[in-house]
Amino acid sequence: MFRNVAELVELAETNNKKISDIMIEQEMEVRNKTREEVFDTMERNLTVMEEAVERGLQGVKSHSGLTGGDAVLIQKYIESGKSLSGTLLLDAVSKAVATNEVNAAMGTICATPTAGSAGVVPGTLFAVQNKLNPTREEKIRFLFTSGAFGFVVANNASISGAAGGCQAEVGSAAGMAAAAITEMAGGTPSQSAEAMAITLKNMLGLVCDPVAGLVEVPCVKRNAMGAANAMVAADMALAGVTSRIPCDEVIDAMYKIGQTMPVALRETAQGGLAATPTGRELEAKIFGFSLNKKS
Amino acid sequence: MKYKSVFDIIGPVMIGPSSSHTAGAARIGKMARELFGREPEWANISFYGSFAKTYKGHGTDVAIIGGLMDFETDDVRIIEAKQIAKEKGIRIKIREEESLTDHPNTARIRLGDKDGDIELVGISIGGGKIEIIELNGFELSLTGHHPAILVVHEDRFGAVAAVSTVLAKHKMNIGKMDVSRQDVGKMALMTIEVDQNVEDALLQELKALPEVTQVTKITD
Repeated sequence: MFRNVAELVELAETNNKKISDIMIEQEMEVRNKTREEVFDTMERNLTVMEEAVERGLQGVKSHSGLTGGDAVLIQKYIESGKSLSGTLLLDAVSKAVATNEVNAAMGTICATPTAGSAGVVPGTLFAVQNKLNPTREEKIRFLFTSGAFGFVVANNASISGAAGGCQAEVGSAAGMAAAAITEMAGGTPSQSAEAMAITLKNMLGLVCDPVAGLVEVPCVKRNAMGAANAMVAADMALAGVTSRIPCDEVIDAMYKIGQTMPVALRETAQGGLAATPTGRELEAKIFGFSLNKKS
Repeated sequence: MKYKSVFDIIGPVMIGPSSSHTAGAARIGKMARELFGREPEWANISFYGSFAKTYKGHGTDVAIIGGLMDFETDDVRIIEAKQIAKEKGIRIKIREEESLTDHPNTARIRLGDKDGDIELVGISIGGGKIEIIELNGFELSLTGHHPAILVVHEDRFGAVAAVSTVLAKHKMNIGKMDVSRQDVGKMALMTIEVDQNVEDALLQELKALPEVTQVTKITD
């Protein structure tokens, strides 16, 4: 069983395998399942992700009314041909948003690694598929590769916003996605690790400050930027750019930053954007209380 | 290692909006129901930390109530769980606690009916993964990842040996075992994680042991 990214990459490269192979084999061993059973379970998750994106792209609205409809706006803008940052990048962004808008509307999603960060992995997958034309099996492998990196983060740091801030959720998701995009595009296991490191370095310190405690503002847009970050970092890694700080040390830094983060900035809706005048106003409106009473 | 499966990371499939505050809460509720052994007639739920501050927005309350009615994390009935519980006549009380706990996402649940009640503490550690860390005053660590047997017994010599002898007779391998007690020489709790699901015959045999007062099983 691999304990960190260095071991994961070494296992893959010395055996001339992909990261996804290592994750699949470990899952078979730990859960005592056949390859087919493990693939079937992951395919069900993939199907849930496809359905969530599809639903989000048709337009949803959350109960609070805070989020919904942005995925549609971005898609229409892409169609207008005016996009500055590029169709593929914006497609990933809109599909990440779509998933999180469905999540905010209490729809059915697959946590990757959490619900609040569920947009990044499927968003990037369903965008890059238009360029890389993967088979169904390759799409399922994308999820195993994401899962392998998330597995390391979850065991060595945290994937909980309440424990480690948004860097632990969207940060982890973006790193996982970057690693998986890199593998799907033909990158080496080392390049996947570099992509993860580059992404996570740029997510360090991100706090969890949801307005009214709802997984909506700023979560949906953080998924958008997590997807963009993952796409760019994957391209950088595929170009041969490496991280001066090894991936495992970046993960460790993320963990330690999370531990020193004030409680007000760890999913308690007491600091950051949640504590802005507008954040408080929205909270009061949603839960129907007067701001004057709540000191 | 806390996370053992890739499906802890890519998964669960769930009703939004939060894996820790919605899916994890549903799993804590479901585990409470399983430990109680039947649907409760009432439940008092106390939220701590981030759970207390944000449960309304995350649907933590409806998710736990859904879990108490045996709903899975992806069961759309979770959204209407309060109404469904009301129709079933299950009385629910929710409290927001101010005191600090070791983990930010903590819930304490007392649930029962006319025949008895239990009290437990669950924590949601991220991505929908949970642990039950206290049961009727006993410390334990129960993840629901493996089938498990919980044995309340007298805290005296021979109790562990008597239980493990029964397990050996049924060719049951012990993956992990914890013993915790409140006071020396009084009652203790054995938490035994095993590899395969537990049959009722084995439970009956454990119950018949003189040292044992209560036996519960958790299925995978």
